[in-house]
Amino acid sequence: MKLTIEVWRQEDTTTKGRFVTYQVDDATPEMSLPELLDRLNDQLVTAGEEPIAFDTDCREGICGTCGITVNGVPHGKVPNTPTCRQNLRSYDDGEHLKLEPFRAASFPVVRDLVVDRSALDRVIASGGYVSVDAGTAPDADTRQIPFKVAEQALDFSACIGCGACIAACPNGAAHLFAGALLSHMSTLPQGKPERSKRARGVVATTEEEFGPCSVYAECVEVCPAGIPISAISAVNREAARAAIRRNKDN
Amino acid sequence: MNTFRTIGSRIRSVVGSSEGVPRPQQDSPDPAAPQEEAATSAPESTGNAKKPLSGPAALKRQGPKGTQGFVTYADEPLNGNVPTGDPLTAWSRRKLDYKLVSPLNRRKFKVIVVGTGLAGAGCAAALGELGYNVVSYTFHDAARRAHSVAAQGGINSARAKKVDNDSLERFVKDTVKGGDFRAREADCFRLGEESVRVIDHMDAIGAPFAREYGGELRTRSFGGVQVSRTYYTRGQTGQQLQVAAARALQRQVGLGTVDLRTHREVLDLVVDDGRAKGVVVRDLYTGEIEAETAHAVVLCTGGYGNVYFRSTLAHNSNVTAAWRAHRRGAYFASPSYIQFHPTALPVSSHWQSKTTLMSESLRNDGRIWVPKAPGDDRPANQIPEEERDYYLERKYPSYGNLSPRDISSRAAREQIEAGHGVGPLRNSVYLDFRDAIGRLGKKTIEERYGNLFEMYFDATGEDPYTEPMRIAPGAHFAMGGLWSDYDMMTSIEGLFVGGEAGWGYHGANRLGANSLLSACVDGWFTLPYSVPNFLANHLGEAPLPADHPAVERTVAEVRERTDRLLSIGGTKGADHFHRALGDVLYSGCGVARTEAGLKNALKEIRALREEFWRDLRIPGSGRELNQELERAGRIADYLEMAELMCLDALDRDESCGAHFREEHQTPDGEALRDDDDWCFVSAWEHTPGKGAHPGKPVRHAEPLDFQAVPLQTRNYA
Repeated sequence: MKLTIEVWRQEDTTTKGRFVTYQVDDATPEMSLPELLDRLNDQLVTAGEEPIAFDTDCREGICGTCGITVNGVPHGKVPNTPTCRQNLRSYDDGEHLKLEPFRAASFPVVRDLVVDRSALDRVIASGGYVSVDAGTAPDADTRQIPFKVAEQALDFSACIGCGACIAACPNGAAHLFAGALLSHMSTLPQGKPERSKRARGVVATTEEEFGPCSVYAECVEVCPAGIPISAISAVNREAARAAIRRNKDN
Repeated sequence: MNTFRTIGSRIRSVVGSSEGVPRPQQDSPDPAAPQEEAATSAPESTGNAKKPLSGPAALKRQGPKGTQGFVTYADEPLNGNVPTGDPLTAWSRRKLDYKLVSPLNRRKFKVIVVGTGLAGAGCAAALGELGYNVVSYTFHDAARRAHSVAAQGGINSARAKKVDNDSLERFVKDTVKGGDFRAREADCFRLGEESVRVIDHMDAIGAPFAREYGGELRTRSFGGVQVSRTYYTRGQTGQQLQVAAARALQRQVGLGTVDLRTHREVLDLVVDDGRAKGVVVRDLYTGEIEAETAHAVVLCTGGYGNVYFRSTLAHNSNVTAAWRAHRRGAYFASPSYIQFHPTALPVSSHWQSKTTLMSESLRNDGRIWVPKAPGDDRPANQIPEEERDYYLERKYPSYGNLSPRDISSRAAREQIEAGHGVGPLRNSVYLDFRDAIGRLGKKTIEERYGNLFEMYFDATGEDPYTEPMRIAPGAHFAMGGLWSDYDMMTSIEGLFVGGEAGWGYHGANRLGANSLLSACVDGWFTLPYSVPNFLANHLGEAPLPADHPAVERTVAEVRERTDRLLSIGGTKGADHFHRALGDVLYSGCGVARTEAGLKNALKEIRALREEFWRDLRIPGSGRELNQELERAGRIADYLEMAELMCLDALDRDESCGAHFREEHQTPDGEALRDDDDWCFVSAWEHTPGKGAHPGKPVRHAEPLDFQAVPLQTRNYA
């Protein structure tokens, strides 16, 4: 396959970026997007040019490291599939690919296609956990959890933290991410003792770091983990619930 | 009482001697000959809790010394500080012997934990919860991205609740036998004992384990065992555990006990007076070289299977931190013990960057087969039942498709080499779900393996619901790693190791679902006991100041090395060398090894290393995000480590577990162990060499004792 690839090049956070066009003549349909960039970078290094910086790690769609906007769509053409599992077989020979970083005010560009997504971790650090110290947990079998409840929690906890939901959102909102976190924890009995406390922390940081949600629902179109749309309503629901419960932790 | 901590002092003397005094060399390859010499050159005093071995028995247990010319051999056996007596009670006795640090004194200590996978995040969070100051490093942009996240199938636990006759002893037996008797038995008991609380803890911090309809934890079976002790969350157990652990770590970040520093790669260890006292790191975003000092350093930096280039590991997984520690004096145990996962995706094209893992859990329901006729070109579904060879079921009827990984990988390789391979390159075998779908229905299979099937479809464009998957052995897990004693301390005092970066539990072959377990046990339930035992002796000491000569010297060395890499000015990118190295290792030090193949690989590795330092090209500078520079540094270390892997494989003149030397096999083609000569772990010491090449490594041998599980031939038939 021959592909024309327009790539966002930006030296660092403060420098202005620009698109640069490259050509790859020996792409193959089974190549993933990161493998296409490997190929292109090999070409660039051989030619003595600086290769394109991009985030990538597990290359099987679970670590959430990769994230490229392809022709305006975070992660690429195939819905609900991470960048590393997008293959060129969904593109035609001779097609034009425009590769950009995840675009969001909360994700400053570090270099080329690499963005800083640390805002997501600040959301987690503000309450997105269960406060149990090592060794103090009760026997997990004494805590009976119905099959479907565990499965439902897993539907939400499947989030890989890639940030595509934010990049897809016209407002740059992180409600799918934060809602998945809150829904996972509020579904499980383990998350109940500090449910309100968690909601207050997580929602405050989410609102501080990211934009507001207008229920465009663009996020669920791209989410590689298939987080259900109900997650976004969990943010307001959990916040309202926490407000009603005033100073209570649970 | 703390008489265990004697390794450090002994190592110091050994490391010290490597600088000036020539190392004692054994001239005779005859293992029986150097008895007198060893007896006379034994050190004055070791003061070990465990009596040092001496005399002919000790020599016997240090193994043959047949690879003179390539490596050298230490005289004295290595002591693992394993508690004497019944291994069943070893851990509780040892814990009782450990010194404690009072809660008020804990904040006076600083511990560096490198890596934020299950071992690193667990260790950092647990030490933070206890009240220590922790500095946690990861090269990822977020703690939760560490590669533990990619483990699919599950986590074993000896909870033994069912009536399928499981028990702690059976867990240990399976693990020791699965590792082909090259693991430390006492460590395996600790692994099994702590496995019970691991499940409780991970469940409590939010990992949604699969549940039965009655609400209890659900389990499944994994390779190499006949009970059901694997706990799981769909096909994403690693992710759920890793995300939970990373959140526990973030909780400590929020509380201020852990200082988490992301996008920073540890490039060297600060060693002063024989003790690990800090690390030198590079901020990957800015290129800044920084130093951090502490009372102790813990490396939980994962495995090195990525040395094969195409593996089931993540793109950025590397051996650098562990290898730099090795170069500073930490022994490297069994580097050649690499597990090839039998259910990885086959290689189909040049630019394919990994052999993605298809979870072993698939073997619960999938049947592995090849066409009986070599070179059979028909599509799988057109090959009639009687023309299919379900070779695992045929050769190993009691374990069948759930035979251990090393055995399954070897069997697949045998079929492929005999011309029965399938797929366009004839380099794979079928994993067929037809019968399971017929028996259980598509919905059940989808429930069990839905995301794996999707992943397979994405990668290959083939639908595993209608045609069989194609799989092949791919480099996966490193059973070897930095050597440590029973307390997880390496041969450098104050340097600890946890998770896949270490060695102890898995011997020469790891059982499925024991990897997540060992990382969790080390991080949450072993290091938080053993690190304080070390710290307790250093109350009142301050970490080294930033301008201490040892710190400045290490920083200067890191800068110098970075500059050297940048200034080569050749023509090829780092990936070129990585791919070439992978090819050398797959053919020379892969699923099966021979003396000739290993010697050839050694030559090729040395040539490749020379080419690397002559012809590498890194565009850009070191003062910015430069991924080519990151890769080049990692590959430079792989090019050194690969040599040690081959030397270890060449030296170990027996077959055991995943280390299959073709010279040593039974008439049926099974691995033929040699317990008389090789029942020990090889722990290699680095010696400085010339130019880009390391010197001849020194083999130290820690004899392995098996009290609860008597040595026996592994038989899965």
